[in-house]
Amino acid sequence: MSNRISERVADFLGRFPPFNEFTSRDLEALALEVDIVYKEKSSFIFKQGEKVHSSFYVVHKGAVELRHSNDGSIIDICDEGDIFGLRPLVAGEDYKLQAQAREESILYAIPIAVFRPYIQSYEEVGNFLLESFASNTRNPYSKEHSGKLQLTVTDNPVTSGINTSYTAVIPLEPKKKIIRCEPQTQIREVAELMTHHSVGSVLVMNGDIAVGIITDKDLRNQVATGKFPIDAAAENIMSSPLITYPSTLTISQAQLAMMKNDISHLILTEDGTPDSPVKGMLSKYDVLLALGNNPEVLMRAIKRTRKIKRIVPIRKRVVQLLQGYLQNNFPMSLTTRLISELNDACIKQVIALSLKKEGPPPVPFSWLSLGSQGRGEQLLHTDQDNAILFADVPKKELPAVSNYFKNLAERINRGLRTIGYEYCPADMMASNPAWCQSLGAWKTRVTEWISNPGKEEVLLSSIFFDYNHTYGDPTLVRELSDHIFKTAESYPMFYTHLAAGALQNPSPTGFFRQFLVEQDGKHKDFFDLKHRALMPLTDAARVLILSHHIKSINGTAARFEKLAELEPNNREFFLSCSYATKALLKFRTKQGLLHGDSGRFIALDNLSKEEKIKLKRTFKTISELQELLTIRFKGATLLL
Amino acid sequence: MLSRFWEKPLPEGIAADLQAVSFVVLDTETTGFDPERDRILSLGLLKIKGTRIAINQGVELFLEQEHFDRQSVPIHGILKEGRHKRVPEAEAMALLDTYCKDAILVGHHLGFDLSMIYRARKRNELPELRNPALDTEKLYRKSLIKSPVLKKKEHYSLDELAKAYDLNCKDRHTALGDAYITAMAFLHILNRLQSKKDLSTRQLLQLGQISSF
Repeated sequence: MSNRISERVADFLGRFPPFNEFTSRDLEALALEVDIVYKEKSSFIFKQGEKVHSSFYVVHKGAVELRHSNDGSIIDICDEGDIFGLRPLVAGEDYKLQAQAREESILYAIPIAVFRPYIQSYEEVGNFLLESFASNTRNPYSKEHSGKLQLTVTDNPVTSGINTSYTAVIPLEPKKKIIRCEPQTQIREVAELMTHHSVGSVLVMNGDIAVGIITDKDLRNQVATGKFPIDAAAENIMSSPLITYPSTLTISQAQLAMMKNDISHLILTEDGTPDSPVKGMLSKYDVLLALGNNPEVLMRAIKRTRKIKRIVPIRKRVVQLLQGYLQNNFPMSLTTRLISELNDACIKQVIALSLKKEGPPPVPFSWLSLGSQGRGEQLLHTDQDNAILFADVPKKELPAVSNYFKNLAERINRGLRTIGYEYCPADMMASNPAWCQSLGAWKTRVTEWISNPGKEEVLLSSIFFDYNHTYGDPTLVRELSDHIFKTAESYPMFYTHLAAGALQNPSPTGFFRQFLVEQDGKHKDFFDLKHRALMPLTDAARVLILSHHIKSINGTAARFEKLAELEPNNREFFLSCSYATKALLKFRTKQGLLHGDSGRFIALDNLSKEEKIKLKRTFKTISELQELLTIRFKGATLLL
Repeated sequence: MLSRFWEKPLPEGIAADLQAVSFVVLDTETTGFDPERDRILSLGLLKIKGTRIAINQGVELFLEQEHFDRQSVPIHGILKEGRHKRVPEAEAMALLDTYCKDAILVGHHLGFDLSMIYRARKRNELPELRNPALDTEKLYRKSLIKSPVLKKKEHYSLDELAKAYDLNCKDRHTALGDAYITAMAFLHILNRLQSKKDLSTRQLLQLGQISSF
């Protein structure tokens, strides 16, 4: 059943996730139930605290802004194809934000009752929604709802990982010094102490035992009002007796305690009674911090898993965390490192669990992550690129040993796929015998690549030389790295070939600084961010850093930073390269989160003007970098 | 006081508050432009309430034909024996009574559609529709800035309206497609007319009403 208008709506919706996953039949059935809503500029679609509508909205034309009404802060601006107002519907709560038409807008209102069945029937739709809901989890309270959502959406018990943080014991930071004073200390000194340490509270202590607490509020209520002079003793104005808790408090207990007593600080003592020594103090802020997706909690959760399947929900939270970092403009280098650590931990856990099944290895081995994973730049799920390197064995043992590692690799590759890493289309994976070899065999192979580099060899080495030891025996890897540099020294032409490889990807802007978009294929008219912008940077960083004989640094941005250090006269330039890398990586990740893919292909139409300008700025750096390569590795262009 | 004395009461069932009013956007495809001789080929109907269009209430009816004009086929693409399921003219005309109950009719050059409908209903011994009727061309003209420099045109086609409001002309010259474009244009025009202050139903009718048949 459809009519002309529903066909129109279906055509539109089908261009955007998650509707692009729908079969045309389902999409038309859905479109028929849609209401078309016209909103004049600055009219409200819903207000904060309003009861939820029965529909959520997709912007067809115009733009809608979502704001917190208390402080007016803009949370998001939705334009063509963006969905809003869905999360409260699924979670069954009132609107937490207000939605207002930023310009004259046409919206499609999609009834949740009609949409809900598709969340169940299309896995991708559920995933998309989870990832996009994560985008609204700016404030830690909404964690709660994303947890709820997961239950409603997937109806599956694997969600236990989600609530770890609620039951987790809050990690106390022992280093965090407690600012303290004596009961007799003068109030002025107390105030000075607080200012000096920029804290809002001071514990009043008698030896190891806390007897009271003074907060900003006490200074305001008891001193500034003139009740006590500033030279009075601290004990006069402190709050006491103290409410104390044992230091093994869980987050929800801490929250409850604060709520129940209407206090913002909890004193933790050895056995929880006021008479035992103080172990630490917990403020509301600490609780919020722990409540938000906390990498430590996630890390522990990963390490505790006993089944590969159990890692999947945890990785979902990693994506949420990533989203939060990006939104809060967390430094990109820190974000990359944290997320890579977590991804790394997931991979390690998969390997550890696989090893347990496969039995102990006959000889030491090393699991290498290659490509973007090796460079620690893999923020979202992308393909697997990996290899196994095992210790040399006598020839007659080789078949059995190879066989063991092949089975292990297959198990691990499968496991990685389960947790969201797609198989490598080019089969550069450890389960491929060519990528699962002994140290000796690897040495022979890279010598071959270096001494006789053709196009294929350069491609292989460019992927391989970003390897990073992930699991097993690191000495094997070190030996291989040493071998690579020794060999490269005798074949300087190799660097020229690598440089030629780096120049193969043309700079991203063409004439008139237009974006070069893909000419044909599935991604026609899309801008290939990976190929056109990130790869030239990555490739250039690799050849430059390798030519300085440095193997320990794998990240592209970090490589440029090292280069800035090594070549002071090019410092500014390499720092700008590092900056461009980070900016592009962030861009790709954001796009990926937005569209639920790897973020590689970007539809230029969907970019704001500001985003386009930002992108173009990085391109200038890229073309300058390519010029530098051309000059430094003379002859590189001849090999193109 | 005086003005109130002069005003006619709103027709029964039509709310004074514009937000509460139901509109039915109507478009017909016909065999030609002579209400006496030509016939309605198809009828597109859409409901708007509170700036909201419910797609599943959209109706497109193809009428059984006796009279058929070969010359108009290239415009609307409806052949005498098309792929669409057809309904007798009487049935289509009877549907209008229930569909348009308590609604204000809206259409582009609506006068023509209404005259076609008037004849068709008369043939089937149905009374004329009593709904108030708004013409989007008339409303559009009212929404334009008054200025001696900008000379208003004599006529504005639906295509011109679509262009002015950047509306996709997919399915133009189908009854429901045109009804949809008209509906979207109507919502845009309504916004322009209300840019200074909200209109009452009565004021809107004063701006764009045409006499029904």
